[in-house]
Amino acid sequence: MSKAFNEFIRGITKDNPTFGLVLGLCPALAVTTSVDNAIGMSAGTAFVLVGANLMVSALRNYIPSTVRLPIFILIIATFVSIVDMVMEAYTPPLYAALGVFIPLIVVNCIIIGRAEAYANKNNMFYSLIDALGISAGFLLALVTIGGIRELLGTGQIVVFGQMIVSIPMMSPASYMILPPGAFLTIGILMAIINHRRAKKLARGE
Amino acid sequence: MVEKALFAVFMDGLFIKNFLLIQFLGLCSFLGVTKDTKSAAGMSGAVIFVMTMASIVSYVIYTFILVPLDLQFLRLISFIVVIAALVQLVEFVVRKNIPSLYRSLGIYLPLITTNCAVLGVVLLNVMNEYSFLQSLVFGISAGLGYTIVMVMMSSIREKTTILPVPSAMRGLPQAFLIAAMLSMAFVNYFKVIPL
Repeated sequence: MSKAFNEFIRGITKDNPTFGLVLGLCPALAVTTSVDNAIGMSAGTAFVLVGANLMVSALRNYIPSTVRLPIFILIIATFVSIVDMVMEAYTPPLYAALGVFIPLIVVNCIIIGRAEAYANKNNMFYSLIDALGISAGFLLALVTIGGIRELLGTGQIVVFGQMIVSIPMMSPASYMILPPGAFLTIGILMAIINHRRAKKLARGE
Repeated sequence: MVEKALFAVFMDGLFIKNFLLIQFLGLCSFLGVTKDTKSAAGMSGAVIFVMTMASIVSYVIYTFILVPLDLQFLRLISFIVVIAALVQLVEFVVRKNIPSLYRSLGIYLPLITTNCAVLGVVLLNVMNEYSFLQSLVFGISAGLGYTIVMVMMSSIREKTTILPVPSAMRGLPQAFLIAAMLSMAFVNYFKVIPL
């Protein structure tokens, strides 16, 4: 059991898709204007990741290795089409906010990366754990970026209509909601994480 | 829907909705290939070609095959196949006719398939209900906009690698801060060009 737990935690810390592996940056920067969007995007990605990992892992002994990448892409595209249609039908405002980035999950490097690097080599149980861990890491990263941008950009964080935090400000820095704010936020977060990592390494951990 | 003028579509793709700095599409190559100007320019050339061709082919497939048969839900899968086939084609042609360019591009050529900028152009064409000419112009201008930013970014990064920055900022964080400053310039096009 402890191995499964370690695999799960690894997805959040060492192999965190945004800050560790640096994969799938496009959605991490584009849709993180608010915490709502960040949660919606992570939910869609998590569904596709879990589905694709399970499917690839189940079929791994039957897929000829020479044509594995086109097959992975077709499996992923199927799951993305499902998410696309479900979101369009049940959560139209979220679908409008995320726009082109829902169909673009299909070219998200995280998913094909995990299919190739993990699900293709491990059994279904560990592939599921890996997908859940990576999804949790992705959610954490997106919510962090989205939270910072929403708080500084609008002065408050509203999650599904509920006010979570509000800071009184003369005028919110709308810069943070605009595209440059995303680059600035992720640059500074990454520098902080690099700094902590270097410190840990220096202590010999 | 009012038909958008071709020039407006062109400026959209080039600056106002710039793929890299405003829409955040294709960031993997933006950070991965911009370490030197030569490969950035080569990559951009291939991207321009694939984007233009993909816009044309996917428009034809969507309008004349998927819509009459009421198969729009298959658009994602068919577009992916179109792009993969185009990239294969480009690879064959370049390898056969310009071997030197093929060697210098290396791994980046096949990677265009998973570049979200290319699929993004195709999907945005469908979402905005562009006509054939508009799709074509949007494909070309998006490729040119991509090129401009790639070349600017790579020449800045080439010169800033020797700067004495704090060790935690070296590499990606530094690249992101440069991108933030470039992006600020592009955001201002929203206000400067009234369309």
